[in-house]
Amino acid sequence: MTAVVATNETILVVGGGISGMTAALEAAETGKRVVLVEKRPYLGGRVTQLYKYFPKLCFPTCGLEINQRRAKMNPNLTILTLAEVTGLTGSEGDYTATVKLSPRYVNERCTACGDCGTAVEAEFDDDYNYGLGKRKGAYLPYRMAHPARYVLDPAIIGTPDADKAKAACKYDAIDLEMREETVEFRCGAVIWATGWKPYDAAKIQPYGYDRIANVITSVEFERLADPNGPTGGKLVRPSDGREAKKVAFIQCAGSRDRNHLLHCSRICCMASLKQATYVADAFADDAEINIYYIDLRAIDRFEDFYNKVRANQNIKFIKSKPASIVADKDGNPIVHGVDTEGYNRFAEPHDLVVLAIGMEPAVDKDAFPVSIVINREGFIEASPENGGVFAAGCASDALDVNRSAQHATGAALRAIQVVNRVARAEV
Amino acid sequence: MGDLNTAMIEKYRNRFLKEVEANVEEGEWVKMCMQCGVCSGSCPLGKFWEHPPQEIFMMIRAGKRDEVLSSESVWMCTSCYNCIVRCPRELPITHIMHGLAHYAKRLGLVPKNQPTAKFAQMFWDNLMVKGRVNELKLGLNLYFMNGIGDGVKVALKNQKIGLGMLKSKRMNPLEAVGGHAVKDLKGFHAVLKKAQELEDKRLADHGA
Repeated sequence: MTAVVATNETILVVGGGISGMTAALEAAETGKRVVLVEKRPYLGGRVTQLYKYFPKLCFPTCGLEINQRRAKMNPNLTILTLAEVTGLTGSEGDYTATVKLSPRYVNERCTACGDCGTAVEAEFDDDYNYGLGKRKGAYLPYRMAHPARYVLDPAIIGTPDADKAKAACKYDAIDLEMREETVEFRCGAVIWATGWKPYDAAKIQPYGYDRIANVITSVEFERLADPNGPTGGKLVRPSDGREAKKVAFIQCAGSRDRNHLLHCSRICCMASLKQATYVADAFADDAEINIYYIDLRAIDRFEDFYNKVRANQNIKFIKSKPASIVADKDGNPIVHGVDTEGYNRFAEPHDLVVLAIGMEPAVDKDAFPVSIVINREGFIEASPENGGVFAAGCASDALDVNRSAQHATGAALRAIQVVNRVARAEV
Repeated sequence: MGDLNTAMIEKYRNRFLKEVEANVEEGEWVKMCMQCGVCSGSCPLGKFWEHPPQEIFMMIRAGKRDEVLSSESVWMCTSCYNCIVRCPRELPITHIMHGLAHYAKRLGLVPKNQPTAKFAQMFWDNLMVKGRVNELKLGLNLYFMNGIGDGVKVALKNQKIGLGMLKSKRMNPLEAVGGHAVKDLKGFHAVLKKAQELEDKRLADHGA
């Protein structure tokens, strides 16, 4: 059994992405006890799936490494992975959380040597790569995963693969007897940092994401650009592996649309500008990039980046929300629409279309296991009615990494104030 | 205030948008357009339009009254609803186009020989007689809309279909003389008279 030592002076952080990690570390580093609950088998969330950050085009691995080191060094922080909060009762300063722990089938003796991964045979869609590649049934979720510990896919349990994995392990780290368990523990304040998920692109029917192989989403394109991704960093199109030199980026794919997401997802303009540089860097003068937009939202220091991208002759900006995409007989997606600067109709073939997909809250409006105020976009609203539960990062709004981290620090401070009141260190 | 200021205020008063809001069916939606262009791109007849819907909305906001109301474009809509389905702001674009066409008609600004307007008038006149559409008469009128020579040509071309419809009793040649009416024809005309009164009053109130 897993035992979690916690009191009503403990802070529970739900979600171990960049916001949850930040909030947990900030709180733990002030000396508070923190329990961090993460659904995935590793920390870092969707930031781990990014190739580069905008606007500096630096690598997220750098900041993640710093955060992981902070997490390893901090004795106040308890990390539960493969864990989900299923219930929360009580009130500010005195909550009881119920957490479901799914079995990893690998214990802390694992050295991440990889022998089990070599031994097993079955392959599965790699959700870390949004299904663009395959992974084994015994796997390290990604190179830098923390905890650096393998995971067995529940689907191989009871198959010969599970026994092969166990036999291959020199450290007796594989425990096929692990079962799902539920733990209950106390906490005084909760930081809710469950983040976002990409909007279901197939719902934007005219863009044909579910019908046209060479229409992909921005999160998938990010994996293609990553040298550790499914294509080794080659920008190739899914249908035939040909290099994608002529690429369309379609902005507001799902966002600012009353048929889909009501809100502006905030990150997509900058994400597409960033991804345009991937194509420009990969193919230099052979690159041909069209960015279709309603308006570009790149403010403050982001505007400098926009101007830099705009200066590239191979990157064109077309003021238009495209009407539809159809594929020609060679699988080239053709973007149809009207350029609203001059009202010219276009039917432009591309090698690849990238939908700058919107952000929606990861937790469904109706599926919150705790009572909390949700706005009409599905994000958590800051409200006194939420008691000692505070949203951090994308659970509260569509935010980029920078603002998520800032917001998470703010949430940590609010949670600290609650547990301080409980401890009578603050009134 | 100086004359120049007053002149500029007049110029940007946006009277036409207010006029559209007051008089055009669903006209109050026009200001919600965010000029994304998805309607223009989605229109199957778009390439035949002089001004696609989103341009029409911009022209309304720019006060281009004559250009909009005498435009062929507002008569081009075939009610396929592609634009309504895709509009990110849920503007009832189809209805606004029909509303603009209707308003232009009321003001007598329809371009001469606009075929859609002509057919609409034909349909209306036909309907008014008996309270139901006499399809045979409407069809014949449509054939001869562009003159006798053209009408004969179209009629000959559709000869086979006509005979087939006669044979299968889908068309009654006797409808060409008189034709049958709705049960309460007097009541029907009374309803229309009342509707016209209400409409006239509304127009008088809004001063269109």
